[in-house]
This record gives sequence, structure tokens and C-alpha cells, in this order.
Amino acid sequence: MEKKKTLKKERIPMREQDPQERKSNFDEVACGYNLEEGMAEADRCLECKKQPCVAGCPVEVDIPGFIKRVKEGDLRAAIMAIKDKNDLPAICGRVCPQEDQCEKFCTLGKKGSPVAIGRLERLAADAEVAMGELSLPEIAPPTGKKVVVIGSGPASLTCAGDLARLGHEVTILEALHAPGGVLVYGIPEFRLPKAIVNREVEYVTRLGVKIQYDQVVGRTVRLQDLLANGYDAGFIGIGAGLPWFMDIPGENLNGVYSANEYLTRSNLMKAYLFPEYDTPLKRGQRVAVVGGGNVALDSARTALRLGAEEVFLVYRRSRDEMPARAEEIHHAVEEGVQFKFLTLPTIIEGKDGMVTGMECLRMELGEPDESGRRRPVPVEHSEFKIACDLVVMAIGTSANPLLTCTMPELKLNRRGYIEVDEVGETSIPGIYAGGDIVTGSATVIEAMGAGKKAARAIHRRLAGEDKEL
Amino acid sequence: MSYPIIFKEQMSEQVFALRVRAPQIAAGALPGQFAILRINEGGERFPLTLADWSAGEGWIFLVFQVVGKSTFTLSKLQVGDELKDVVGPLGLPSEIEKYGRVLCVGGGVGIAALYPIARALKATGNRVDSIIGARSQELLILEKEMEDVSTSLAIMTDDGSKGAKGLVTWALEEELKGEGADLVLAIGPAIMMKFASAVTAPFKVPTRVSLNSIMLDGTGMCGTCRVEVCGKTRFACVEGPEFDGNEVDWNLLLNRLGQYKQEEAVSYEQARSGCCRE
Ligand SMILES: Cc1cc2nc3c(=O)[nH]c(=O)nc-3n(C[C@H](O)[C@H](O)[C@H](O)COP(=O)(O)OP(=O)(O)OC[C@H]3O[C@@H](n4cnc5c(N)ncnc54)[C@H](O)[C@@H]3O)c2cc1C
Ligand SMILES: Cc1cc2nc3c(=O)[nH]c(=O)nc-3n(C[C@H](O)[C@H](O)[C@H](O)COP(=O)(O)OP(=O)(O)OC[C@H]3O[C@@H](n4cnc5c(N)ncnc54)[C@H](O)[C@@H]3O)c2cc1C
Ligand code: SF4
Ligand code: SF4
Ligand code: FES
Repeated sequence: MEKKKTLKKERIPMREQDPQERKSNFDEVACGYNLEEGMAEADRCLECKKQPCVAGCPVEVDIPGFIKRVKEGDLRAAIMAIKDKNDLPAICGRVCPQEDQCEKFCTLGKKGSPVAIGRLERLAADAEVAMGELSLPEIAPPTGKKVVVIGSGPASLTCAGDLARLGHEVTILEALHAPGGVLVYGIPEFRLPKAIVNREVEYVTRLGVKIQYDQVVGRTVRLQDLLANGYDAGFIGIGAGLPWFMDIPGENLNGVYSANEYLTRSNLMKAYLFPEYDTPLKRGQRVAVVGGGNVALDSARTALRLGAEEVFLVYRRSRDEMPARAEEIHHAVEEGVQFKFLTLPTIIEGKDGMVTGMECLRMELGEPDESGRRRPVPVEHSEFKIACDLVVMAIGTSANPLLTCTMPELKLNRRGYIEVDEVGETSIPGIYAGGDIVTGSATVIEAMGAGKKAARAIHRRLAGEDKEL
Repeated sequence: MSYPIIFKEQMSEQVFALRVRAPQIAAGALPGQFAILRINEGGERFPLTLADWSAGEGWIFLVFQVVGKSTFTLSKLQVGDELKDVVGPLGLPSEIEKYGRVLCVGGGVGIAALYPIARALKATGNRVDSIIGARSQELLILEKEMEDVSTSLAIMTDDGSKGAKGLVTWALEEELKGEGADLVLAIGPAIMMKFASAVTAPFKVPTRVSLNSIMLDGTGMCGTCRVEVCGKTRFACVEGPEFDGNEVDWNLLLNRLGQYKQEEAVSYEQARSGCCRE
């Protein structure tokens, strides 16, 4: 007989490193659930028949299914259930904006806090490490078809993994010397340890995907040539990696970084371990980070860990408009990042070629703009200065034309992103695209969803089936 | 992928040349392009120009001067050793057209970068008059090769140990005052390219230089390599490395090249002492 449950309104909290301690190390901030905590949290799930949570997950993880296994304490079964749909669960459990995805639709969210789906996913995925090498899912017999995938970010890894399972021979070509895209060069170690990224990438290679590094497609090789020489289809998942600057005076002074450069030096090149690793990075005492998204917060928190005494986050709107995840804002506040809202830098000042400060204007919020957020407008005669010795510009990125400009037949939109149809196919038959290079900067899980969708379409194409099926 | 060294030569006390197996890069290389190297796991990514290549034999030829840790470490490698990563060909190739008389001015290790461009210009039917220089005779590289691809070759050394005594920019000015030129191509240390551009400015001769700003990814993703040309920020790795020398903000470039002086000194010291321990 089933015992009657009382609804537990609040989720089990997750242990974290103490803010005072963690702000000077690169170890992971969140510690994750242990089995006991996980089972207790899983126990809150109502196993709703309609599974509203699943509709919020772009890769359609069987959420109630895997949570049931966690409830029973069977993490092996749980991870197998997740991996049926998601090859990167330890990554997603950490960086998915769950509050806007699966958890947003959780029934429990209506009366209290939703089930901590991401944390449970992370628990199951991390448990896998202790279990040793995981058995692989069934892989279809070889189809003899070859697919080339450009880039190794989450969109590409997902697309490649799904196609490999379906029996296709898949090769990823990556420009950098390591796999993962933003997962390795952008998102810092303290939010997403690189050992975890490497382990999940390795799983994808065990599915049969080959990865070749140092391949700048458009320069080293041309996609057209690859398709003419043996590949049956292609997927472009090159992200949106071109950094924006503000185009204000002083922006090319020493000590001014794009967030991409700052984070790439620190994460991919391990400059935080200089001089053990060769790549240098300026360590500022007073660091100003311009922007209000996850990238800005990651840069600010990296600066703290690199020994800055004071870190300012300079954002032209107010806290309510910040696109960053609530959890990250909370973490940054705890660690001591100082927020300068409604502030717009206008000039970067320097001495002897090195940054010394920023001149800024105060802003106020006016009418809503296209994004629905209230537009910041400068307050007259409100100039003021922020003294700083390092500036990190984290104001956004756009499409990098390096590859697309070598393919004139490829249809782009006005902003240079690749246009695709509903299944992810570009204007060139047989070439698909997904992730940030289609949508502009978005999220890991949306990129993965696009990779999955394209994989389905590519498979249908290679099997000679109708596109609309 | 691995990139073994198949040939090594010491050209002068501080200048070395390597032939590295990199068939893909060799297959696509064009004059003016470069590669980005990473020697070992903890190594930094740094650019070297493709001084030559053979698509048929699958190698590229790199010439470099030891100035810090990475180039020092590279100079210690031997035939058979492998580089962890070599990426390329990167950057926009040099525009090769029929211009008429082209003055090719090369300084120091920049002569290596100049060589394939001069060769292509000559093969396209230009009259290529080259001026190359170094501090002294021992430091002068690729003299024979430059002679082969030039209609005439003038040599300048700071101490007069070879050719005429003086700077390449002096010889350049004399040429411009004399016969003039349809294009000047100047490649060498930033300071040399700055002065070469200053020399050509009054003569209104188109002047191309190859900028050696600090780079990281080489694909337009980071902005490390940004330079100002005509008052606009440009990414040298994807929009260059060649620009019009008279439009470049040289002081900015020189400032940015010095960005990591302190850190580089730490690295270099560490590499040298590490080597002596072995
Ligand atoms: C600092 C930072 C923090 C973020 N935090 C979060 C977060 O917490 N949660 C979240 O969901 N999202 C986050 N995002 C956004 C998320 O990382 C991206 O939306 C996602 O990575 C996009 O995936 P992608 O596969 O489209 O491309 P990317 O991850 O950008 O990968 C593209 C890959 O293609 C390679 N490439 C590019 N051009 C070429 C070429 N010509 N030839 C070969 N290879 C090429 C690149 O080197 C790269 O490896 C963050 C982004 C940044 C920058
Ligand atoms: C497009 C391009 C082509 C080049 N071609 C050649 C070449 O053919 N032969 C050659 O000898 N040199 C070339 N250089 C310069 C070469 O990259 C640097 O000398 C090298 O990176 C120095 O590294 P290091 O660790 O030995 O010295 P460091 O001590 O690190 O640096 C010494 C100086 O080299 C420059 N430098 C440092 N790091 C970088 C970097 N990542 N990218 C670019 N410059 C840097 C800086 O001005 C620095 O002050 C080229 C540079 C560029 C941008
Ligand atoms: S992958 Fe992301 S969206 Fe999907 S269930 Fe997991 S945490 Fe939620
Ligand atoms: S909606 Fe929430 S409670 Fe219902 S099945 Fe999904 S996770 Fe469980
Ligand atoms: S080196 Fe990174 S953009 Fe040029």
C-alpha cells in the first residue's frame, strides 16, 4: 500500500564552499548533494503523469523517470535514464538555467520550490565517476555514411553523439586545441571543472565520434571541399565568438580585455597557474567588469580569485534587468563583487599606456525598449570616475565571419547568423547548423537541443527519408 | 595530430629555422600567412610566419628569433621532437598583383616573412628590388634566398660588417628619392616598420606592413591582437596581418607589444634556469 505523502514545500539546500574561502580558490563553489540529500530531494517529486517538467527540457530528459531511480537510491539506473537523451548531464546539472527550463514547469513550483532537477541530474552524473567506466548504449550498425561537425561546443557534441549512436561515422573539427567550446574556454573552473567537461567529451568519443583539433574550418580546410570529398552531410556549431567592444576612447590601452580574452587566458590557457603555465594574464588590484550577464559575473569572480582587492560590476541598467542567473548574482554578492548599476562608461583613462580608470555617466530607466526592459538613458552632467587598473568588457559577442565568409552560398541573417529551417538545415542542402551561430548567444542546453534536432534531420536525410517525417 | 620537426638549422646566434611536418597547412598556405604554435601542454599559443612550405612534401618552414620563453624552448627542440599544436594557415594572404616596381624591405627575422611574398611578387612579373638589413653580418638571414627572388638586392648592417653601413630605412629613402616605387613592402621589428612608413609617407607610395601584435587564438575570438588602423580597431589575426603602414597607430602597437614585459621576464628566466639544471 502506498503511504500518503505530505508535500514538502522547500527543496533540500545544496552545500557550498564558504564565500570567504572560495573567493581565493578556483575549486568548485557548489559541492553537490550526497546520496542521502539527493534521495530526500527526489522524494519530493510527484511523478506527475503529464510530466510538465519534460516539456521545459530542450533535450527531453525523462525527468520523472530518472528522479524515480534516485528516489530508490539507484544512481546507476538514474544516469542511464538521463544518458538516453543527454550525453552531457554533469555539465547541464551545473550550468543549465534550470529556473527558466525544466524547473520552471515543475508542478511543485506552484506551491513552493520546484524539484531541484538540475542538482539531482548532477548527483547522478557525478556518481558515474565512482562507478568506473559506464556501459555504452546500443550503437546501431555502421551505415557507411560520414558526417563532419564543425566546432566542439555543446551543440556539436550533442549532434555528433546522436549521429554516432545511429551508426554514422562522425568527425568533429575543432579550431582550438581542446574540446568543449565555451565550456572550456569561457565558463570558469569554479563553476564547471574542466575534468568534468573532459569526462563527458570522452564519453562522446566512446560513442565513436572522432575529434580533430587545430582545424580552423574556412582556413585550414574548407567545408565545401570536405563535402565534395567523401562527407555526406555537415553540421556547423561554431558558436558566436566575436567579442564586442564599446568603441569608446582608451579601449585599446593595456589592461583592457574582452571577456573572451580574459576568460580564455584564465580557463583554456590556465593563466591562473602562471608561471607554471606559460600564458600571462594581468592581475589587477581594482578591476572593473562592464556588463550584466553570466559572462560578466564569471569575469568578475575570476578577477577576485586572481587576487583583486576590489571588483566592480558596471552595468548600465539596474539589478532587475540583469540577464545573469539569480544564483550567480547571489554568489557574486556573497564573494564581495561590488555592483555599480545604472552606470555607463564613456572613456577609459590611462597613464603610460596602462589603464588608470573609467569616466562614467549615471543612467536612469526610461520607456521599455525592444527587449521589453526599460531603456537606460544618461542623466545630464552626471559624470563621475571609477579608479581601476583593469577593465574587462563583457558586453556581448556576435557571429564570427571567419567560416561563413568563405561560403557565399550560405544564407545569413542581417546580423551574420546562419539561417536555418525548422529542422536545422541551412540554405545549402545537406549542411545543418545550430547553437549560438544560429540564435546568437543563448544557453548550453538550447545549443544542445538544436544539435539534437539537426541530428534527427541529418539521420533522416542520410536514410533517404522525407524531411518532414 | 602531431607535428614532428624534420629539419633544424641555426641561422645565427639567436635565429633558428625549423621544417615541421604539417601537410594540411602546407597544402593551403599562401604568402603572408602565419601559423599559431603550442609547443607543449603548458605552453602558450604564439604566432610564426610561414617562411616557406611544400604542399607536395607536406612541410612548413619557420624562422624565429629567441626573445623569450616560447622561442627559447622551441630553439631547444631537435629533429624528431613533436610540437603539440600547429594551427594554420591563418591571416589574410598577401595581395599579389602586378604593381610594377616593388621595394621589399626586410629587417632582422622579418626577412623570413618577406621572402615568400617577394618570391610571389617576382613570379607575377613585378620588378622586385629588395633591401634587407640586420645589426651585423652574423645576424643577417636568407641573403641567398632573397637574392634569388629579387631583381636587385641591397644589404644594410648597423655596423657596416656587410653591405652598406646604416639602416634599411635610409636605403629605402634613397630609392624613393631616385627611381621611386609603385609599392613598398616593409616587414621587420615594429619600430623598423614604423620608421619605414614615416619614410614613405611624403612620397605617397602605398606601403604595406605585416603587424606582429600579440595573439592568442588567431581566429578572431579574443581581441588580443587588436590594432588601430585609420582610427578603427581591427583584429590583426583575421583582418591582417598586413595593413597600410601609413594608417597604423604605431605607438599603440608598440605599447601593446610591451603589455606582458614583466611576466615574460619571469617566464624567460624560469626557462633558462630550468634548462641549466638539466
Ligand atoms: C563566460 C560564459 C558563461 C556562460 N555561462 C552559461 C551558463 O551558466 N549556462 C548556460 O546555459 N550558458 C552559458 N553560457 C552560454 C553557452 O556557453 C553558449 O550558449 C553555448 O556554449 C553555445 O554552444 P555552441 O555549441 O553553439 O558554441 P560554442 O560553445 O561557442 O562552441 C563553438 C566551438 O566552435 C569552435 N569554432 C569556431 N569557429 C570554428 C571554425 N571556423 N572551425 C572550427 N571550429 C570552430 C570554437 O573554437 C568552439 O570550440 C555562457 C557563455 C559564456 C561565454
Ligand atoms: C603574425 C605574426 C607573425 C610572426 N612571425 C614571426 C616569425 O616568423 N619569426 C619570429 O621570430 N617571430 C615572429 N612573430 C613574433 C613572435 O610571435 C614572438 O616573438 C613570440 O611570440 C615571442 O614569444 P616568447 O615566449 O619567446 O617571448 P616573450 O617573452 O613571450 O615575448 C617577447 C615579445 O614577443 C611578443 N609576443 C609575446 N607573446 C606573443 C604572442 N602570443 N603573440 C605575438 N607576439 C607575442 C611581445 O612583443 C613580447 O614583448 C610573429 C608575430 C605575429 C603576430
Ligand atoms: S538538461 Fe537542463 S533543462 Fe534538461 S532536465 Fe537537465 S537541467 Fe533541466
Ligand atoms: S513536474 Fe516536478 S513534481 Fe512533477 S514529475 Fe516533473 S519534477 Fe516531478
Ligand atoms: S588573436 Fe584572438 S582575435 Fe586575434
